[in-house]
Amino acid sequence: MVDECCTPEGNIMILVCSGGSNVGQLSNQAAIELTQEGFGKMFCLAGIGGHLGGFVQSAKDVPAVVAIDGCEVGCAKAILEHTEIPTKNYMVLTDLGIEKNKDFNLKAEDIKKVKAAVRSVCE
Amino acid sequence: MEIKVLGPGCPKCKQTEQNVKDAVAETGVDATVEKVTDIMEIAGYGVFGTPSVIIDGEVKSVGKIPGKEEIKTWIAK
Repeated sequence: MVDECCTPEGNIMILVCSGGSNVGQLSNQAAIELTQEGFGKMFCLAGIGGHLGGFVQSAKDVPAVVAIDGCEVGCAKAILEHTEIPTKNYMVLTDLGIEKNKDFNLKAEDIKKVKAAVRSVCE
Repeated sequence: MEIKVLGPGCPKCKQTEQNVKDAVAETGVDATVEKVTDIMEIAGYGVFGTPSVIIDGEVKSVGKIPGKEEIKTWIAK
Protein backbone atom coordinates (compact mmCIF):
# COMPACT_ATOMS: atom_id res chain seq x y z
CA MET A 1 0.00 0.00 0.00
CA VAL A 2 2.59 2.53 1.06
CA ASP A 3 5.43 1.58 -1.23
CA GLU A 4 7.25 4.87 -1.39
CA CYS A 5 8.03 7.79 0.85
CA CYS A 6 5.33 10.42 0.57
CA THR A 7 2.32 10.53 -1.71
CA PRO A 8 3.39 11.77 -5.15
CA GLU A 9 1.88 15.05 -6.25
CA GLY A 10 -1.14 14.66 -8.53
CA ASN A 11 -1.56 10.99 -7.84
CA ILE A 12 -4.99 9.69 -8.83
CA MET A 13 -6.69 7.23 -6.52
CA ILE A 14 -8.54 4.55 -8.51
CA LEU A 15 -11.55 3.00 -6.78
CA VAL A 16 -13.51 0.24 -8.51
CA CYS A 17 -16.46 -1.94 -7.57
CA SER A 18 -14.61 -5.17 -8.49
CA GLY A 19 -18.02 -6.82 -8.56
CA GLY A 20 -19.08 -10.38 -9.40
CA SER A 21 -19.81 -9.91 -13.07
CA ASN A 22 -17.85 -9.32 -16.24
CA VAL A 23 -18.15 -5.55 -15.89
CA GLY A 24 -17.16 -5.67 -12.21
CA GLN A 25 -14.07 -7.65 -13.07
CA LEU A 26 -13.38 -5.42 -16.05
CA SER A 27 -13.26 -2.48 -13.67
CA ASN A 28 -10.84 -4.44 -11.52
CA GLN A 29 -8.56 -5.42 -14.39
CA ALA A 30 -8.56 -1.91 -15.81
CA ALA A 31 -7.59 -0.52 -12.41
CA ILE A 32 -4.73 -3.00 -12.15
CA GLU A 33 -3.39 -2.14 -15.59
CA LEU A 34 -3.81 1.61 -15.12
CA THR A 35 -1.83 1.32 -11.89
CA GLN A 36 0.88 -0.68 -13.64
CA GLU A 37 0.99 1.93 -16.40
CA GLY A 38 1.49 4.69 -13.84
CA PHE A 39 -1.79 6.48 -14.54
CA GLY A 40 -2.88 6.29 -10.92
CA LYS A 41 -2.96 3.95 -7.99
CA MET A 42 -5.65 1.40 -7.25
CA PHE A 43 -6.90 1.56 -3.68
CA CYS A 44 -9.14 -0.64 -1.55
CA LEU A 45 -12.80 0.28 -1.87
CA ALA A 46 -13.62 -2.51 0.57
CA GLY A 47 -11.67 -0.71 3.28
CA ILE A 48 -13.66 2.44 2.62
CA GLY A 49 -16.89 0.45 2.63
CA GLY A 50 -15.87 -0.96 6.00
CA HIS A 51 -15.48 2.60 7.26
CA LEU A 52 -11.87 1.91 8.27
CA GLY A 53 -10.38 5.24 9.26
CA GLY A 54 -7.16 5.07 7.27
CA PHE A 55 -8.96 4.18 4.06
CA VAL A 56 -11.70 6.78 4.40
CA GLN A 57 -9.34 9.59 5.35
CA SER A 58 -7.00 8.65 2.49
CA ALA A 59 -9.80 9.03 -0.04
CA LYS A 60 -10.80 12.36 1.47
CA ASP A 61 -7.28 13.76 1.43
CA VAL A 62 -6.04 12.60 -1.96
CA PRO A 63 -6.14 15.33 -4.64
CA ALA A 64 -8.02 13.24 -7.23
CA VAL A 65 -10.26 10.17 -7.15
CA VAL A 66 -11.78 8.25 -10.02
CA ALA A 67 -14.58 5.85 -9.15
CA ILE A 68 -15.70 3.12 -11.50
CA ASP A 69 -18.81 0.98 -11.26
CA GLY A 70 -19.38 -1.99 -13.52
CA CYS A 71 -23.12 -1.48 -13.74
CA GLU A 72 -25.88 0.95 -12.90
CA VAL A 73 -26.46 -0.59 -9.46
CA GLY A 74 -23.68 1.78 -8.44
CA CYS A 75 -22.12 0.05 -5.44
CA ALA A 76 -18.90 2.08 -5.58
CA LYS A 77 -20.84 5.31 -5.84
CA ALA A 78 -23.04 4.33 -2.90
CA ILE A 79 -20.02 3.55 -0.73
CA LEU A 80 -18.49 6.92 -1.52
CA GLU A 81 -21.76 8.67 -0.75
CA HIS A 82 -22.07 6.91 2.60
CA THR A 83 -18.58 7.98 3.54
CA GLU A 84 -19.03 11.50 2.16
CA ILE A 85 -16.21 11.23 -0.35
CA PRO A 86 -16.75 13.45 -3.41
CA THR A 87 -17.03 11.60 -6.74
CA LYS A 88 -16.15 14.16 -9.36
CA ASN A 89 -14.67 11.58 -11.74
CA TYR A 90 -17.16 8.75 -12.04
CA MET A 91 -18.17 6.27 -14.71
CA VAL A 92 -20.30 3.17 -15.25
CA LEU A 93 -18.99 0.51 -17.63
CA THR A 94 -22.38 -0.54 -19.00
CA ASP A 95 -22.72 3.06 -20.21
CA LEU A 96 -19.85 2.25 -22.58
CA GLY A 97 -22.05 -0.31 -24.31
CA ILE A 98 -20.56 -3.31 -22.57
CA GLU A 99 -23.30 -5.77 -21.66
CA LYS A 100 -23.32 -7.12 -18.12
CA ASN A 101 -23.08 -10.89 -17.83
CA LYS A 102 -21.33 -13.66 -15.92
CA ASP A 103 -18.67 -14.42 -18.49
CA PHE A 104 -15.39 -13.87 -16.69
CA ASN A 105 -13.31 -14.42 -19.79
CA LEU A 106 -12.55 -10.74 -20.14
CA LYS A 107 -11.91 -9.42 -23.62
CA ALA A 108 -8.75 -7.44 -24.29
CA GLU A 109 -10.70 -4.99 -26.42
CA ASP A 110 -13.09 -4.27 -23.53
CA ILE A 111 -10.22 -3.71 -21.09
CA LYS A 112 -8.64 -1.32 -23.59
CA LYS A 113 -11.95 0.52 -24.01
CA VAL A 114 -12.42 0.86 -20.26
CA LYS A 115 -8.89 2.16 -19.70
CA ALA A 116 -9.32 4.77 -22.42
CA ALA A 117 -12.63 5.85 -20.90
CA VAL A 118 -11.11 6.18 -17.44
CA ARG A 119 -8.28 8.31 -18.79
CA SER A 120 -10.82 10.44 -20.62
CA VAL A 121 -13.10 11.02 -17.62
CA CYS A 122 -10.11 12.25 -15.61
CA GLU A 123 -9.08 14.88 -18.14
CA MET B 1 -2.77 11.49 24.14
CA GLU B 2 -0.82 9.36 21.68
CA ILE B 3 0.20 10.91 18.37
CA LYS B 4 1.87 8.94 15.60
CA VAL B 5 3.43 10.41 12.49
CA LEU B 6 3.70 7.81 9.74
CA GLY B 7 6.45 8.19 7.17
CA PRO B 8 9.67 6.53 6.16
CA GLY B 9 11.66 9.72 6.49
CA CYS B 10 11.45 12.14 3.58
CA PRO B 11 11.36 15.94 4.07
CA LYS B 12 7.53 16.04 4.06
CA CYS B 13 7.40 13.44 6.83
CA LYS B 14 9.99 15.32 8.87
CA GLN B 15 8.13 18.59 8.43
CA THR B 16 4.91 16.95 9.56
CA GLU B 17 6.61 15.56 12.63
CA GLN B 18 8.00 18.99 13.44
CA ASN B 19 4.59 20.65 13.00
CA VAL B 20 3.06 18.11 15.35
CA LYS B 21 5.76 18.65 17.97
CA ASP B 22 5.39 22.42 17.69
CA ALA B 23 1.61 22.20 18.06
CA VAL B 24 1.96 19.99 21.14
CA ALA B 25 4.54 22.32 22.69
CA GLU B 26 2.49 25.46 22.03
CA THR B 27 -0.76 24.04 23.38
CA GLY B 28 0.83 22.31 26.35
CA VAL B 29 -1.19 19.17 25.73
CA ASP B 30 0.07 16.06 27.47
CA ALA B 31 0.96 13.93 24.46
CA THR B 32 3.57 11.55 23.22
CA VAL B 33 4.74 11.92 19.61
CA GLU B 34 6.07 8.84 17.88
CA LYS B 35 7.54 8.66 14.40
CA VAL B 36 6.64 5.40 12.66
CA THR B 37 9.01 4.47 9.85
CA ASP B 38 8.39 0.75 9.50
CA ILE B 39 6.63 0.17 6.18
CA MET B 40 4.65 -2.83 7.39
CA GLU B 41 3.42 -0.97 10.45
CA ILE B 42 2.45 1.99 8.26
CA ALA B 43 0.60 -0.32 5.88
CA GLY B 44 -1.40 -1.63 8.82
CA TYR B 45 -3.14 1.72 9.09
CA GLY B 46 -4.53 1.38 5.57
CA VAL B 47 -3.28 4.74 4.41
CA PHE B 48 -2.83 5.57 0.73
CA GLY B 49 0.38 7.47 1.31
CA THR B 50 2.49 9.35 3.77
CA PRO B 51 2.97 11.49 5.75
CA SER B 52 -0.01 10.53 7.87
CA VAL B 53 -1.00 11.64 11.33
CA ILE B 54 -2.78 9.37 13.80
CA ILE B 55 -4.16 10.70 17.08
CA ASP B 56 -5.31 8.17 19.67
CA GLY B 57 -5.83 5.65 16.88
CA GLU B 58 -7.82 7.97 14.63
CA VAL B 59 -6.36 8.81 11.20
CA LYS B 60 -6.47 12.59 10.89
CA SER B 61 -4.58 13.27 7.66
CA VAL B 62 -3.03 11.33 4.81
CA GLY B 63 -0.50 12.27 2.15
CA LYS B 64 -0.09 15.91 3.06
CA ILE B 65 1.63 18.16 5.56
CA PRO B 66 -0.97 19.43 8.03
CA GLY B 67 -0.39 22.94 9.29
CA LYS B 68 0.37 23.63 12.92
CA GLU B 69 -2.94 25.42 13.48
CA GLU B 70 -4.90 22.54 12.00
CA ILE B 71 -3.07 20.11 14.25
CA LYS B 72 -3.92 22.26 17.24
CA THR B 73 -7.63 21.83 16.50
CA TRP B 74 -7.13 18.07 16.56
CA ILE B 75 -5.37 18.00 19.91
CA ALA B 76 -7.35 20.70 21.67
CA LYS B 77 -8.91 19.46 24.89
